[in-house]
Amino acid sequence: MDLVANNLSYKPDDQYHLNEVSFNFKEGNLYTILGRTLSGKTTLLKTIAGLITPDSGEIEFDGKNFLKVPVWDRNVAMVYQQFINYPHLNVFENIAFPLKQRKIDQSIINEKVMDALKSVGLVGYEKRKIQELSGGQQQRVSLARSLVKNAKILLLDEPLVNLDYKLREQLREEFKNLFSKGLADETILIYSTTDPRETMELNGEVIVLDEGKVLQVGPAKEIFENPNSLKVAEISNDPPMNIIEAKISDNQIRFEGIDVEAPQHLSKLTEDGLKIGLRSSDIELNKNGHEFEVELAEISGSETLLHLKRGDTKIIVSIEEVLNFKIHDKVKINFKIDRAYAFHADGKLASSPFGGLNG
Amino acid sequence: MNKLYIFLKYFFIVVWTVFVVAPFLWALTTSFKDFQSVNGGVTYIPWVDFEPNLEGWKVLIKSPAKGGVDIIEPYFNSLFVTCTASLISIILGTLSAYALSRYTFKAGFVKNNDITFFFISQRIMPPIVLSIPFFLFLSSINLLDSLTGLIVVYIVLLMPIAVWIMVDFFNKVPREIDETALIDGCNPYQAFLKVVLPNSIPGLIVAGMFCIIFGWIDFFFAFILTFTEVQLLPVKIVALNSSVTPWWSLSASALVSVAPLIIVAFIVERYLSKGNLSGAIK
Repeated sequence: MDLVANNLSYKPDDQYHLNEVSFNFKEGNLYTILGRTLSGKTTLLKTIAGLITPDSGEIEFDGKNFLKVPVWDRNVAMVYQQFINYPHLNVFENIAFPLKQRKIDQSIINEKVMDALKSVGLVGYEKRKIQELSGGQQQRVSLARSLVKNAKILLLDEPLVNLDYKLREQLREEFKNLFSKGLADETILIYSTTDPRETMELNGEVIVLDEGKVLQVGPAKEIFENPNSLKVAEISNDPPMNIIEAKISDNQIRFEGIDVEAPQHLSKLTEDGLKIGLRSSDIELNKNGHEFEVELAEISGSETLLHLKRGDTKIIVSIEEVLNFKIHDKVKINFKIDRAYAFHADGKLASSPFGGLNG
Repeated sequence: MNKLYIFLKYFFIVVWTVFVVAPFLWALTTSFKDFQSVNGGVTYIPWVDFEPNLEGWKVLIKSPAKGGVDIIEPYFNSLFVTCTASLISIILGTLSAYALSRYTFKAGFVKNNDITFFFISQRIMPPIVLSIPFFLFLSSINLLDSLTGLIVVYIVLLMPIAVWIMVDFFNKVPREIDETALIDGCNPYQAFLKVVLPNSIPGLIVAGMFCIIFGWIDFFFAFILTFTEVQLLPVKIVALNSSVTPWWSLSASALVSVAPLIIVAFIVERYLSKGNLSGAIK
């Protein structure tokens, strides 16, 4: 049973929330929608759920026109980024709610709810009030409520974003386990996120969305290795990929008075307005390197993010250890230039180290 | 510093308590006095300062033929009119408030906020302005001097309060709760009844309380729109006043008329401290 959309557009105000979005989702697969905030992820999920009617376009599910089916008959499940539960019901009643709505036998309901509680690790919490749970537990309840329905389409709208770091890691692991446990055999799983790392870990088919437009579709690895444009490179990397305006001539990449020997995949690009893209992890500190000035140094977890500047060029370097720098310190860095990308002036990918559009 | 704070705290609590409770005590003692005790200087303590008697209370239940005023029928009239009008106002007001909070309406330049304001504007107009149209309206449909007529008018007065309070309340109930209910298989009516309404009980109670208070204390419309057939409590109490002011029965009737509001306030206070919305969204 496939979920197919054709040219979905939705423009409630002067901005497109969805702009000619098309896709073909197959059952048993995991799809990740990657995009920044306000890129239209939630709108897309709500459109699939039926909460939003698009201005134009079609959605078909199982060969039938999905837009004609009201929300309550669509058999979808959705987990919101805010932990949405019914505050007047306890944990058990919350999870049982969608089943009760279908008038299923109480003994079957009990069984299914217990199963769902087990799979999210909340056994023993049945009688608790929602207000007495922590954020992570509340999100587990809403996940259990969406699992218990055996919905054909499961929508997860940034389910981890409002949790603290540790819980996020833990729940992400559990999600991966749940998704791989055959839950997804007949289900279309659609997971939206702003976090490139999450996207890579879930390792599904990725749809990169920006300003309501689909920029690129492909497996996570492909998006990471060959982003088809500057925008995608920005969205699919955290911190965003460094973009350096450079000129390539005589086999040298030149910018800000620095000359770096061009690797093979870049050497033939001699056009004007070329932009070189380099991940923050592909730049390293090196005593014999090029001098940059520190603008800002942030320590996040076990890595240090250095915001560096030389002339008009600003770059971010991530270093896998905790280091202390002062503002205006001089540091010397080296570029792992064989891992550099090149983009045309219009933002399209010109060449990638992984062989996309080579030379 | 700390001691001063505690002292001031209790000082103001005591002052405020005296301020609130004293009039009630005064009314209570006065209701047991007779002509002489009322006019014989300041007296407070029964059996010591003055000899209590039940004359003030007896007058209230004696029929007019026996020199009483009989407030029992007006009392139940008032209860009936207030409760019926409040109930209908809450039901209609809640439904319209939910619609105004969740759906977008547009008729030319008129939008949701304008409609909400239209409801509230009904309360902005001075009652005297409304009295003439109400009078003509009720007389044209033959409902002057009747309980039904009063209920109709009170709904016009009370429903804006319900709409006003409930729109604000529904706006604070996250929309995602309704959406989740829809996704979980409820149609919009079920989503409202099974999910939104149970989470709006505090709002309903506040709205209900305001409706009951404003309905119960209204004198003006009850006075204008009724004559002899039907009488409401506030009108009857004012009618007690004759050439000799009967302080004792006035005090007694004041106490009886304030009693339902005190009971309502106590019940409401219990419920309000219980319900809250946290846990819906964090």
